Amino acid sequence: MKGLLRSMGVTLSAFMRKPVTREFPETHRELPERDRAFPLLLWDFEQTEPFCTGCHACERACPVECMTVLMKDNPNHKSAGGDSTRRKIIDKFWIDYGRCMRCNICVEVCNFDAIAMNNTWSGHEMSVYDRADLVQDLPQLLSESRGGELKAWRAP
Amino acid sequence: MTTTTPGQEFETQDLMINMGPQHPATHGVFRMVLQVDGEIVRDLIPHIGYMHRGAEKLAETMDFRQGIGYMDRTEYLAQFNAELSYVMAVEKLAGLEVPERAQWIRMILCELNRLSSHFMFTGAFGTDIGVFGTAFVYSFRERETILDLFEEITGDRLMYAYFRPGGLAWEVTDNFERRVGEVLKSARQGIKDMDGLLTENEIFRARTQNIGIISAADAIDWGCTGPVLRASGVPLDLRKTEPYLRYAEVDFDVPVGQVGDTYDRWLVRIEEMRQSVRIIEQCMAKLQPGPIMPERMPRMLRTPPGEVYLRTEAPRGEFGVYMVSKGGNRPHRLKVRSSCFANLQALKDMAIGSYVADAVAILGSLDIVLCEVDR
Ligand code: SF4
Ligand code: SF4
Repeated sequence: MKGLLRSMGVTLSAFMRKPVTREFPETHRELPERDRAFPLLLWDFEQTEPFCTGCHACERACPVECMTVLMKDNPNHKSAGGDSTRRKIIDKFWIDYGRCMRCNICVEVCNFDAIAMNNTWSGHEMSVYDRADLVQDLPQLLSESRGGELKAWRAP
Repeated sequence: MTTTTPGQEFETQDLMINMGPQHPATHGVFRMVLQVDGEIVRDLIPHIGYMHRGAEKLAETMDFRQGIGYMDRTEYLAQFNAELSYVMAVEKLAGLEVPERAQWIRMILCELNRLSSHFMFTGAFGTDIGVFGTAFVYSFRERETILDLFEEITGDRLMYAYFRPGGLAWEVTDNFERRVGEVLKSARQGIKDMDGLLTENEIFRARTQNIGIISAADAIDWGCTGPVLRASGVPLDLRKTEPYLRYAEVDFDVPVGQVGDTYDRWLVRIEEMRQSVRIIEQCMAKLQPGPIMPERMPRMLRTPPGEVYLRTEAPRGEFGVYMVSKGGNRPHRLKVRSSCFANLQALKDMAIGSYVADAVAILGSLDIVLCEVDR
């Protein structure tokens, strides 16, 4: 009997504590800045083009081979009469979020700081009816950064 | 109305019943076929393999950094411990020296992971016994605070991929010390809650005491490790017997049980949680600023040819990684020694002769992770 009463004491004390739950779809927890959802490409506002040069380093390092990278000559490069310092630039980029295992390796291998993990809620609330919709193309990958919502975190 | 004359024998037949693979009491996709005589289990045939993904084989196709992600997914309740075995095996092969700070942080995270894993056990075991929901939600409240800390440091709540051969992926957060203090405070409260809720509860004791007894000799024969072995009275803890990281420099006790029943396995885990809190406190006191990676790490790590077996004490027992390298940047052969697989083998011995409901309690007390059993 003593043990039972002690158990009930625990339940009673828990009853008095502040709730720790949250009404999820209405209210969101604040995400830590290191939060890793899915990789996104970053937009270079100074030269108004993506940082990514299409160097394939991330594609080769990805353990699940979910990235596809195609590179092209930058039409905006100085030699072509533009004002960009990038000789090569990304042409097409796909990441299959359905396969990505969010391991952060692509971010670590990129020499141009062109890719970062999404640390906003948009990276977590991604439900689609068709798996093919999880394959993100270049405009989709850039939109978050281009719109200024993404504050990418870099490992110190 | 039928009457039976005394002495008249009825011919009864044992019944085969199937439990799982989709069953709330089987902790994942585990199937057991029970041969029952009324309520008594006469035989038990376990079926595993529903979760087999070939994680070891997959990791053989990956370089040492890519393989870390697969270790997380092998043991999804003690990810840091699984990563630790893997990266330490690579370090041993490559002869890397891990900086002191990285070692202390690894220890803190592994012990916190042990806490979160045991909180999962206390909750799930409570549910197996019939404390529906209460123990589970109380455990999860504390477990979530630990996962919050992991998320702040590594960026992910479950698949951390934070340890690297040589050290850590990146530095911990600036407020690490304060946050660990907060987490420990809530963990202490959680341990007290779980202890108060169930340990002395008469119903709980009636359901667990003298159920699923396994003797020390049998437990050793079956290859049990971790809390299952210690509950039978064998004080084998790899952190004590062959200290890795800096476990030799901290002070902690290895709790052992006396009877080797389900209740002892509960007590051992509760006490282990207290010891983990003690270890983390000592680690925090010894944590000094410093590098977290050796100087001059190659961009792509290559190891000389060789063969290692490295084992560490994960929350469920010995988590070993056997790795053969033929030189190059990936393991030639990788084998994970799963603690749950060995512990699960003892289930048959423990369950025969008990009631069907107790078989569930026994399975729960083994605290298996099916992903690790099947790999
Ligand atoms: S994201 Fe970085 S690593 Fe990947 S292709 Fe672009 S520049 Fe190269
Ligand atoms: S996070 Fe990992 S799995 Fe995902 S795209 Fe990057 S490298 Fe590939």
